[in-house]
Amino acid sequence: MFDRDKWQEIFSTIRKNKTRTILTGFSVATGIFMLIFLLGAGRGLRNGMTSVFAQDATNSMQIFGGRTTKAYKGTPEGKRIQMVNDDFLNLKKSIQKIDVISAMSYIPGAETISYKNNFGNFNVSPVHDTYKEIKNFEILKGRFLNQNDLDEHRKVVAIQDEVKKVLFPKETALNKYININDIKFKVIGIFHQSSFDDNSREIYIPITVAQKIFNNNDHIRRISFTLNDVSVEESKNIERQITYKMADRHNFSKEDKNALWIRNNIENSQTFAGLFSAIEMFVWIIGIFTIVLGVIGVFNIMMIVVRERTKEIGIRKAIGASPGSVVGLILMEAIFITAASGYVGLIAGVGLLEAINQFDIIEKIYAPAAIYFLDPQVDLGIAIGATIVLVITGALAGFFPARKAAAIRPIEALRDE
Amino acid sequence: MIRLQNIHKSYITGTNKLHVLKGIDLHIKEGELVSIMGSSGSGKSTLLNILGLLDNHDEGVYELNNEEIKSMSETKAAKLRNNLLGFVFQSFNLISFKNAMENVALPLYYQKVSRKKRNNLAVEYLDKMGLKEWAHHMPNELSGGQKQRVAIARAMITQPKIILADEPTGALDSATSIEVMDLLREINQSGITVIIVTHENDIAHMTDRIINLKDGVIESIVENNKINNTESVKIPLQE
Repeated sequence: MFDRDKWQEIFSTIRKNKTRTILTGFSVATGIFMLIFLLGAGRGLRNGMTSVFAQDATNSMQIFGGRTTKAYKGTPEGKRIQMVNDDFLNLKKSIQKIDVISAMSYIPGAETISYKNNFGNFNVSPVHDTYKEIKNFEILKGRFLNQNDLDEHRKVVAIQDEVKKVLFPKETALNKYININDIKFKVIGIFHQSSFDDNSREIYIPITVAQKIFNNNDHIRRISFTLNDVSVEESKNIERQITYKMADRHNFSKEDKNALWIRNNIENSQTFAGLFSAIEMFVWIIGIFTIVLGVIGVFNIMMIVVRERTKEIGIRKAIGASPGSVVGLILMEAIFITAASGYVGLIAGVGLLEAINQFDIIEKIYAPAAIYFLDPQVDLGIAIGATIVLVITGALAGFFPARKAAAIRPIEALRDE
Repeated sequence: MIRLQNIHKSYITGTNKLHVLKGIDLHIKEGELVSIMGSSGSGKSTLLNILGLLDNHDEGVYELNNEEIKSMSETKAAKLRNNLLGFVFQSFNLISFKNAMENVALPLYYQKVSRKKRNNLAVEYLDKMGLKEWAHHMPNELSGGQKQRVAIARAMITQPKIILADEPTGALDSATSIEVMDLLREINQSGITVIIVTHENDIAHMTDRIINLKDGVIESIVENNKINNTESVKIPLQE
C-alpha cells in the first residue's frame, strides 16, 4: 500500500488525466463542502437561538399580575391584580415541585444611578437571593445577593458587567458605594447575563430593602421559580393550580386568561428544543442527500473511467498485471482523489464558516439576523466522519467497476477499440 | 516449449455455441519461428489467445515450458505472461498517456523493478530498435512502424521465452512490414521462440513452419526450409 513505485504509477495516471480527476474531485469536494457548511450553519443557528432564549433557566416559570377581563362576584372587569408578599409565601409553601422561588418588586421613580461623576439609567430589580438560580448569570467577581443580605436588609447591590463599565470605567467596583435614588448601596458582585437585547443593563438589590425604603408596601411585580423534574404536562398542571389558587386569593374568574400572566419556560423550551431538532434533522437530511449525490457522482465517474480504461487494463493484464494490481490501481486512484478532494471540501467549508464568524458577515448582510447566528462550527468528529464515509463510499464506488474491469479477459479488452 | 493435445474451445454467444477450435494437436520447439495462418474465423486468433494465456481452453492438454496449463488463477496466469511471454499486437496497444519509454518499461513495473532501473533498460531496448531519440515521445507522435517497434521492445524487455505476435504487420505498409519481420527474425535468432499469426502469405513464408488452420482444425503444416532466403517472399499464393 505504501509502495512508492505504486504511488508514482497512480500519480502519473492522475496527472495525465486531469479532466477526469477534476470532475471526480469536484463532485466530492462539493458534497463535503455543502455538508460542512450546512451543519455549521445549523449549529450556528442553534447556538444563536439558544443564547437568545436561554436567559432564563429552562425549567422556570414566571407569573405577572394582569387585569381581569371578566366581571366576577360583584367586581367589574378591568380590575388590576396586584401580587403581594403573601402570594409569594403561599406559592412557596403550596407547590411542592418548586425548587427555588424568587419574587421581584420594583422601585418607583427615575432610576438614576451614580458613582462619583459617572451616572446612568439602569434597570434596578429588587429580588430574592434565589434569583440567581432562575436567571442564567455568570458571576464575574464577588458574589450575588445572599440570605443574610435579605434578612438583615443590607444595602448591597449586584451589577451587570455593562453597568460596571459605565460607573467604574477605570477602577474596581467591588466594595464601593453607588447611589440609587440618593441612597448608597455597596457593590458586592459583578455578573454577566446574555439577553435578547444588547442594551440590557441590570442591577439587583435585595427585595426586602426595596420594599422597606423605596416602596413602603409589600407589592410584587412578578414571581419566578424553577421546578424539579417536571414534564410539560405537569408544568401545565402547576400552571392551572397556580391560576386557581390566585383566583381564590384575588377574587377573579378561573377562566380569565388575562388576570394572571404565566410564562411557562418548560413548555417554551420544549417547543424550541423541538424546533432545533427539526432544524438539525433538516440539515442532516440535506447533508446526507448531498453526500449521496457526491457518492453517485463518484460512482458514475468511476464507471466511465473504467469503461474508458478497459483497453489500458487489457494491455496491463496482457503484459503481466494481476487482477489484484488492476483493482488496486483503480481503487487507490479513487481513494486518493476522494480523500484529497474531500479534504479540500472540508477546508473550504470550515474556512467559509470561520470567515462568516470572524468578519461578522451576517451582521453586514442583515444585521437583525446576526444575534440568531452564533459560533457556526462543525463538530470535528462529524466533519472527519463525513469525509471518511465519502472516502469509503468513493472507494466502494471505485471497487465494483474496478473488479469488473479486472475480471475482463485481456483479449476482450484489447478488442475494445 | 509448447505442446498442444486435442485442444477444444467454444464460445457461447447468447443461445448459440460457437465451436471455434475442434481438437488442435501441435508441438512447437524452443527457438522456432512459426506462423499460424488461416482465413478469418479459422480460429487462429483464438489459438494464439490460448497459447498466450489470455484465454482458457475448454478441453485438452496444453503444456507450456514443460508445465501443464490448467485452469489457474488470474494472478498466476498474469505472472506467467509477465515472465514467459511477450505480446505484439496488430493495433500496437500502447498506453496512450505514457511515453515510449514508460510503455516499454511497464512490464518491469509488474516485476517490481525500480523505476530508474526499468527506465534505463527501456531506453536501452528502444536504442536497439533505433528509437532512442523517440523515448520521450507519446505514442500518437510515432508512425505505425515506430509504434510496432516500441511494442516489440516492450515485449522483449522481460526477456521472454516466447514472443506471440498477432497480425504484427496488419496495420503496416509492405516496406515497414518487412522491417518488422526482419526484427522478429532477429529476435528469433537470439533463441526466442516466435509465433506469428497472420493471414498474409508472404509474411508466413518468412517463417520456418506454417501451420494452416481451417475451421478450427489444423489443415496442413508446411515446413519452409528456405528460411533465410528472402526469395521465399516471392513464392506465389498457394490458394
